[in-house]
Amino acid sequence: MTATPVSPSEPEIGRARRRKEDARLVTGRTRWTDNMSLPGMVHLAVLRSPVAHARISAIDTTEARRMPGVHEVVTGADLAERQGSMPCAWPVTPDMKTPYAPALAVEEVHFAGEAVAMVAARSAAEARDALDAIDVDYEDREVVLDVEAAARDDSPLVHEELGTNRSATWTFDSAEAGTGGDVERALRDAEVRLDRTFRQQRLIPAFMEPRSVLVDPTGEQYTVWSSTQVPHILRTMIAMTLGVGEHKVRVIAPDVGGGFGGKLQVTPEEMLTFLMAERLGRPVKWTESRSETMVSAHHGRDQVQRLSLAARADGTVTGLKVDLLADMGAYLRLVTPGIPILGALMFNAIYKFDSYRFTCTNVFTTKTPTDAYRGAGRPEATFAIERMMDELAAELDMDPLEVRRRNWINHDEFPFDTVAGLTYDSGDYEAATDRAVEMFGYQQLRDEQLRRRQRGDTVQLGIGVSTFTEMCGLAPSRVLGSLSYGAGGWEHSQVRVLPTGKVEVVTGTSPHGQGHVTAWSQLVADRLGVPFEDVEVLHGDTQSSPRGLDTYGSRSLAVGGVAAVRASDRVIDKARSIAAHLLECSEQDLDFSAGRFSVRGTDRGMALTEVALAAFTAHDLPEGVEPNLDAEVSHDPENFSFPHGTHLCAAEVDTETGRVRIRSYVCVDDVGTVVNPLVVEGQVHGGLAQGIAQALYEEAVHDEDGTLTTATLADYLVPSAVDLPEFHTDRTETDATSNPLGVKGVGEAGTIASTPAVVNAVVDAIRHYGVTDVRMPCSPQRVWRALSGARASSATAAESGGGLGSVDPDQPFPTGGDR
Amino acid sequence: MIPAEFDYVAPSTVEEAVRALRDAGEDAKVLAGGQSLLPVLRMRLAAPSTVVDLGKVSEMRGVREEDGNLVIGAMTTHHEVVRDGLVNEHASLLALATRTVADPQVRHRGTLGGSLAHADPAGDLLAPVLALEGEMVLAGPQGRRTVPADEFFVDHFTTAVGPEELLVEVRVPKHTGWSAHYEKFNRVAQAWSVVGVAATVLVEDGRIARARVGLTNMGSTPVRAHGVERALLGASPTGEAVRRAAERAHEGTSPGSDASADADYRQHLAEVLTGRALATAAGV
Ligand SMILES: Cc1cc2nc3c(=O)[nH]c(=O)nc-3n(C[C@H](O)[C@H](O)[C@H](O)COP(=O)(O)OP(=O)(O)OC[C@H]3O[C@@H](n4cnc5c(N)ncnc54)[C@H](O)[C@@H]3O)c2cc1C
Repeated sequence: MTATPVSPSEPEIGRARRRKEDARLVTGRTRWTDNMSLPGMVHLAVLRSPVAHARISAIDTTEARRMPGVHEVVTGADLAERQGSMPCAWPVTPDMKTPYAPALAVEEVHFAGEAVAMVAARSAAEARDALDAIDVDYEDREVVLDVEAAARDDSPLVHEELGTNRSATWTFDSAEAGTGGDVERALRDAEVRLDRTFRQQRLIPAFMEPRSVLVDPTGEQYTVWSSTQVPHILRTMIAMTLGVGEHKVRVIAPDVGGGFGGKLQVTPEEMLTFLMAERLGRPVKWTESRSETMVSAHHGRDQVQRLSLAARADGTVTGLKVDLLADMGAYLRLVTPGIPILGALMFNAIYKFDSYRFTCTNVFTTKTPTDAYRGAGRPEATFAIERMMDELAAELDMDPLEVRRRNWINHDEFPFDTVAGLTYDSGDYEAATDRAVEMFGYQQLRDEQLRRRQRGDTVQLGIGVSTFTEMCGLAPSRVLGSLSYGAGGWEHSQVRVLPTGKVEVVTGTSPHGQGHVTAWSQLVADRLGVPFEDVEVLHGDTQSSPRGLDTYGSRSLAVGGVAAVRASDRVIDKARSIAAHLLECSEQDLDFSAGRFSVRGTDRGMALTEVALAAFTAHDLPEGVEPNLDAEVSHDPENFSFPHGTHLCAAEVDTETGRVRIRSYVCVDDVGTVVNPLVVEGQVHGGLAQGIAQALYEEAVHDEDGTLTTATLADYLVPSAVDLPEFHTDRTETDATSNPLGVKGVGEAGTIASTPAVVNAVVDAIRHYGVTDVRMPCSPQRVWRALSGARASSATAAESGGGLGSVDPDQPFPTGGDR
Repeated sequence: MIPAEFDYVAPSTVEEAVRALRDAGEDAKVLAGGQSLLPVLRMRLAAPSTVVDLGKVSEMRGVREEDGNLVIGAMTTHHEVVRDGLVNEHASLLALATRTVADPQVRHRGTLGGSLAHADPAGDLLAPVLALEGEMVLAGPQGRRTVPADEFFVDHFTTAVGPEELLVEVRVPKHTGWSAHYEKFNRVAQAWSVVGVAATVLVEDGRIARARVGLTNMGSTPVRAHGVERALLGASPTGEAVRRAAERAHEGTSPGSDASADADYRQHLAEVLTGRALATAAGV
């Protein structure tokens, strides 16, 4: 997609504006946290535990202190009274078990990579050298790595003092909630019952810019620069964790090179840099190496998912039971325990299930803590249900699209109250699916698949379907309250028209690659009728943008963008009263369009710019009107937004090697009104890359000692453009009715939708050999083993269709090709 | 990622380089393209006292013909090997394999000598040099010596290069008129080989007159697939002949297991990929 030429009369919304942010980013003229240097600044390096679980019996820092350039060496024992415990803002149940989580380990380490000591030195090299001179004695304790074993009563404990590895169990039951029927009954009465277990592997967010923190304690306030998604949350959490006055802390997130949830965190290193700066009274900077990112920044996903699905023989699903084990890792970070719970509301997806039960047990292991990673809870849910829908189709010998049609919410059934208790405001699954099927050439591919099967080709073809929805735009504060989340979900914006008519928009969202500056400029330019270039967007500094809840959960446009638009409307209201006063007419007689008030039925009028100057000079303002043209809004959304879409993947599987090649990928997403198609396209592409990466490439692997063996980007396989197919994308636009712009989130859609589409395609390609699942990532070896295993057992396997249970074998099912 | 402190010297002749190595003592390290050494230093897996940078030793760079051999300077970059007319004409297998190494940035820095001296069993250039029956010329305080490829690779990351020695050049007998293919199997585009197969054949009068096959990552050193080669001799280049020969690819291999592949899968892959490499090389 290319940027379209701009004609001044065209609205900004919908225009493929090139991003304002790009020039400085692509020419390297920006300033990341690590580029910053302050007078007197020293560098911090962190020593990390090489072992997963041990008591620290001794730390000797004598030699390190004598190393050249070293200012200070600090251990957990030195900070025991000062550092507090790292915050967790989401106590999912009242009896949730939360371990003490010091920023610097005091007596015991619980994962390999945990911070045990830190050095401040004149240069980064000297700080790093001094780490090698610190001597730590570890007394090994038993590691706890497997989440299923950890959940059992006989498991060794991660945190002895908790008495269990189970942190919390969270349940939703539609019968109890009154949102649907009893799932046990549905399973009992099922004509078809499917039981499956899926594994969500552990992933690493792998943002491009490693984390970096700089703290300057020399001013009246502490100034903290951090490569974070959440400057506002960080400020509050520094205050609450370390007992510093919140008013004494200013946090700045300068340009931030990606986050994907990995920087939706309040990190031990942020606290440590702060504490070292406090100790030394001079600026301190910490920047991590990629190796540190891999072991110490939080990981994502990591669940065992057990599902039971009840259906009628015609493919109508009557109930779904979900039982999760979620691996927390060693500690509960900012929102760790809530991540799997976010999926609770999404397993029913776009379907009209009668009954639903969800149970999740959060479990500790001696591994890096998990937390938000692009999609956070919803990819897991979407994967599981979309895999189940394909399994059901296979079981019933139906086309997977037909199974979905039979169960999904029709476009004329919105708003729709789901079995999980949400209200979907809008959607048109038929339209998105029809368009995707057409672009994909669905029938031709099915025909080719059949031919290849009949010929017994070495390379088989599979087709995977994923019709997804997700809840985003986090979030109505009352809903977060009902989930025991520790904050609200509102967002703040201020719009200021300067005396010369230029506009400043202050937003509490904190972009780190999304292009908010461009999109917010478009929104406000349209609303106020000023040129796009005349709008400046201020963000990411708690001084210039004092209120906000930052960027994650595809919330920024649907919540923060709407706040900016509502603030613009308030500016117009205020300007209207001034203009009416100056034009000596009533406010009702004024029309506002294209940045100008005009008195209806006359040629008299006044530009917003003129009103701004009048407000500034304040020579002649109406009674009670203050001399400025500013307005602000804290906007709390009334509902989530529910983007949806249909993703179709054709994958070729080389049955000799197990290699998977994506032959074709089509997605038709519905993200409501599109503010900037270029930005939306970018979000979809990046999202697809990350979702496909989960399906085929990425996995954080630990050895039996709990050491991460995929700790470099040579071992943790992040795909590049050459490893990914061309993406054929299109959109349908069904406006959200829950916000005035009609927008929905797009930041996570591609990631959420694509993983099951790819895995479904892989399984579909080789199902006729008897394969019913391939664990992610579907590496060549795993695919080959699935094939070899299936071939080996095919002699004894039941006839295909043998699992139909009570279905009348004579009943003719609609079929989808050779399935 | 900051390496430990080291001294740095940049000699401009082989002689000076050898002297620098001797002067620096046991834990000196030679720096070629740095594409393997720098990560090792930065992750502090090694902390040499001195780094001897060969970047200025111009006599170690470039390709020439000598006595029916191609002589490739150890400091010739992957990019230069891929582009070189002589290599493409007389040892096309090496050019084809080098094309699959990493990405353009790495190929512009990394060198043939560095790859061979590093001797990572997953490196793509070891098997081709073994298959082409190359010889390594080493220079040390006692002068030069020549080591054939099958004696050069000793173990994982271990070669015949002594502590005070340099790999100066690689001599490869000309394989003019041979067709070749390097079949690399990896997980993402710029990753190392899970398994690789280097195959080159000479077809004369409709028969496979000669065949050379080397395997990447099928043991602690590159492996020559002698059984496959023998089975091909005199065969007519058909799919069937190639497939049958390829079934012997696992012979003599002892691959390791890692996150991408277990040993039995590697042996299976070796057979499949050998069949494919030969089919492409022989044009069947
Ligand atoms: C991202 C990435 C991907 C890669 N992918 C691949 C791949 O797919 N396939 C592949 O084959 N390789 C790959 N490589 C490695 C690359 O080919 C390197 O160039 C090669 O391994 C080392 O060559 P170098 O010239 O950089 O050697 P250096 O890194 O400078 O040296 C490597 C080692 O050899 C020693 N050494 C170097 N030259 C000499 C000499 N003349 N005499 C004696 N000792 C010497 C050094 O002391 C050091 O121990 C990859 C590298 C990177 C960074």
